[in-house]
Amino acid sequence: MNIEELDQIAESVRQENAKYDHEINVCMDLACASQGAGQVKEALGKAVLASGQRVLVRRTSCMGPCSAGPLVAVDPEDTLYRHVKASHAEAIVGCLGKEPVPELQCDLREHFDQQMRVVLENAGHIDPEKIDDYIAREGYKALVTALTESSPSDVIQLLTESELRGRGGGGYPTGLKWGTVAKAGGDLKYVICNGDEGDPGAFMDRSVMEGDPHRVIEGMAIAAYAVGASKGFIYVRAEYPLAVARLTTGLREARRRGLLGNNICNTPFCFDVEIRLGAGAFVCGEETALIASIEGRRGNPKPRPPYPAVSGLWGKPTLINNVETFANIAPILRKGGEWFSSMGVGRSKGTKVFALTGKIMNSGLVEVPMGITLRQIIEDIGGGVPDGHQFKAVQTGGPSGGCIPNEHLDLQVTYESLVQVGSIMGSGGMIVMDDTSCMVNVARFFIEFCRSESCGKCIPCRAGTAQMHTLLTRICDGSGSMSDLELLEDLCVTVKEASLCGLGQTAPNPVLSTLRYFRNEYIEHIANKRCPAGVCAIQVPAEVMA
Amino acid sequence: MALYPMPSLPSEDKRWKIVSGAMRKNGYARHALIETLHTVQSSFGYLDDDSIRFVARSLRVPLSQAYGVATFYHYFSLKPPGKHTVTICAGTACYIKGSDALVETAEKHLGIAAGETTQDLSIGLVKARCVGACSRAPVVMMDGEVAGEMSGALLIEQLERWAVE
Amino acid sequence: MSVTVDVKTLVIDGREVSARAGDTVLEVARENGIPIPTLCHLEGLSSIGACRLCLVEIKGSRKLFPACVTTVEEGMEVSTTSERLKKHRRTILELLFTERNHICSVCVANGHCELQALGQEQGLTHVRLPYRNPLLTVDASNERFTADHNRCVLCTRCVRVCAVIEGAHVWDVSGRGIESLVITDLHQPWGESTCTRCGKCVQVCPTGALFEKNKVGTDHPKHPEFLPYLNLMRGAQ
Repeated sequence: MNIEELDQIAESVRQENAKYDHEINVCMDLACASQGAGQVKEALGKAVLASGQRVLVRRTSCMGPCSAGPLVAVDPEDTLYRHVKASHAEAIVGCLGKEPVPELQCDLREHFDQQMRVVLENAGHIDPEKIDDYIAREGYKALVTALTESSPSDVIQLLTESELRGRGGGGYPTGLKWGTVAKAGGDLKYVICNGDEGDPGAFMDRSVMEGDPHRVIEGMAIAAYAVGASKGFIYVRAEYPLAVARLTTGLREARRRGLLGNNICNTPFCFDVEIRLGAGAFVCGEETALIASIEGRRGNPKPRPPYPAVSGLWGKPTLINNVETFANIAPILRKGGEWFSSMGVGRSKGTKVFALTGKIMNSGLVEVPMGITLRQIIEDIGGGVPDGHQFKAVQTGGPSGGCIPNEHLDLQVTYESLVQVGSIMGSGGMIVMDDTSCMVNVARFFIEFCRSESCGKCIPCRAGTAQMHTLLTRICDGSGSMSDLELLEDLCVTVKEASLCGLGQTAPNPVLSTLRYFRNEYIEHIANKRCPAGVCAIQVPAEVMA
Repeated sequence: MALYPMPSLPSEDKRWKIVSGAMRKNGYARHALIETLHTVQSSFGYLDDDSIRFVARSLRVPLSQAYGVATFYHYFSLKPPGKHTVTICAGTACYIKGSDALVETAEKHLGIAAGETTQDLSIGLVKARCVGACSRAPVVMMDGEVAGEMSGALLIEQLERWAVE
Repeated sequence: MSVTVDVKTLVIDGREVSARAGDTVLEVARENGIPIPTLCHLEGLSSIGACRLCLVEIKGSRKLFPACVTTVEEGMEVSTTSERLKKHRRTILELLFTERNHICSVCVANGHCELQALGQEQGLTHVRLPYRNPLLTVDASNERFTADHNRCVLCTRCVRVCAVIEGAHVWDVSGRGIESLVITDLHQPWGESTCTRCGKCVQVCPTGALFEKNKVGTDHPKHPEFLPYLNLMRGAQ
């Protein structure tokens, strides 16, 4: 495979598509599919046939605003239809080239204008099961160019210039990580893609793995070239069967085209990838636990150092990066490190995909440049809190993060700023809460999660999260005391500072952040046996305590 | 020196060939344990002592280590599933949109706690961590099919539909 | 040509000490009579850094480091005790005492139990956390030994000694988190498992969780000294 061949494939796809006057892209991602997108696509196909027009009906990936699904996009009209049903098919086909169907059309200009699509640049434009669609949009150009025109250190240099940081939550400089693995000795090294996406409320990685699998594969191949690895693994959680299927198809297609396997592009570079299934353990998103899982063992983390970059899978130097991190690699190689670092602010460059959910008008995936404010994301892009309720807090970073209240809505979203206000960037989950949420109950929810996901190896996390859960449950049901609160805060310190891995070390964060901004709710539960939001089932009514 | 004998298939059931095939595909390597347990669960619905023993012996993994792996990962079930399974997502977005109430409704209606199966083994109730369809919260999976914006009433309706079968 | 041993000098609690490259902070501290509390660590078994009792402070970082797995570096400045470390040690012990049912007065290990000794060393006089009182079993199916899960601290010494030293790997951990349990084979009664009855797990168990039958009252001292001896003999072969 070389650049000319890639261009030829791209050209033949363009010629094929040029035969059609219109393109109807139907989102078949999980959310839309569960609302009948399959039937919509079938109906559209039939309607097109009946109309005799030359229209391409294509299955695509998540376009973003999932709460408006099933979504259908029509080109070249640049029309977006929402809540489409199979019965609308005829109307949609009938309106091609004319005024769009009024009741289905959605104008989400506010939603899309402030977004910047890098990771999601192919969303809505390609069929994820067709490698040629990906190639037609500059797919695999970066890999082929890197293999034939750049050295591994050139690639790492470019990554370093881009200032890309790990998108899984750690925010570790990617160029630095790759450089460390590249420098490690030995001729057997591994590249692992972390597709575990354990944070509840996050589905960015699922969307990329399902909707643009080749993007991930290309990123991994470029990484393998840069660090000197010949084998790769994609660790996908078992709860994402469609992602596994799409990646399997993608790998097969890439091999067929000579983009994976031995002597890729007639160079000495050999690389192939295997998929490994997770099995329901959030802790396996942690690097050393993930490695243990691939080795077929219990997902217990190990103390670091030694770091996986030096001694990882089966003791060999291993590069582990998140799905979204890999999804940024090809664009950076194509457009340059400076292009990437021109987006964003401070030390947070490029874009970030967020899964905006909860009490929000436009729920779904959004990709924004770093440095955008929370208010812009929640109010402009998200459309604000619906049904006349008031915004209360936005939770970021999953069970390792915190809740950010109203007073910080004008915060610029960067790795550092989120830490300053008591949360973290995390993998990108962003859950909006309104006045109907009880923040003490939210803290209890997250601690319960950590308690059940704790691997059990170290005492502070295993027993600490269990005790914190007991104390929070007491406070929630009205039987908590001020000494319980004191004990809770004390435990937070030990669990945070003494735990072995990131799960335990960050488990207290939701508790600490809700105590920082919503301490009054805790006091209300304890002193007056009352839940201000009316959520907690108080067992001990205030009158009885008097 | 006699090589360690490969255990024979536990029964004539054709599904054991699928399990054996999965192990062979991975060269009977120890690290294939989790993948193989996945195959057992997708073929038989759950993992029982015999299947864990068979896989452990075939891959030459100590029995207790195989058991430790089978019980560490919550995706694996050591109990037979019900004829139908209702999975209520308890992820953050679904929690914010009321999954707690759905779990309570289901538990009360079926008379079992989450993680259990009804006495007649017809319906199993499972709480999942996040299925990734957060924009349709609260999400419930009925026999693996995603149903979003679920309400207590709709849930009971579906459960009753299963009950009359 | 001279034989070079890579020597490192570091400071522990204000004292200058010397070490070999590759030594852990714990090894060097113990060589120099500087006490660091441990529980999951046992000389002769691999160190796993799980109990977190051996955490020490190292100048230049806000993080805490498990001494049993942290290798020494030239010029390192280690602090093995401070208010912060004392607080964490006491809390970890409190978490242990309230996690399961540790009732010294009726336990065979009363008087020679490592958990008890740690409590005394760290000055633990009372416990603030609520007692969990979980329902745990006693397995007396093995004709030579008994396993009382109420007294287990999940240090996994039994798992490590059986897997690596005896080579039988009868013990492992099932479940996860607070629901973890050490089990034999497929969670079968100990007496019906592939256990070789060698007794190594009993000797390395720090509490009265694993103990020998046919011994009177609290006359159950443990003798894990066979471990470093075995390793020494193996190394000499």
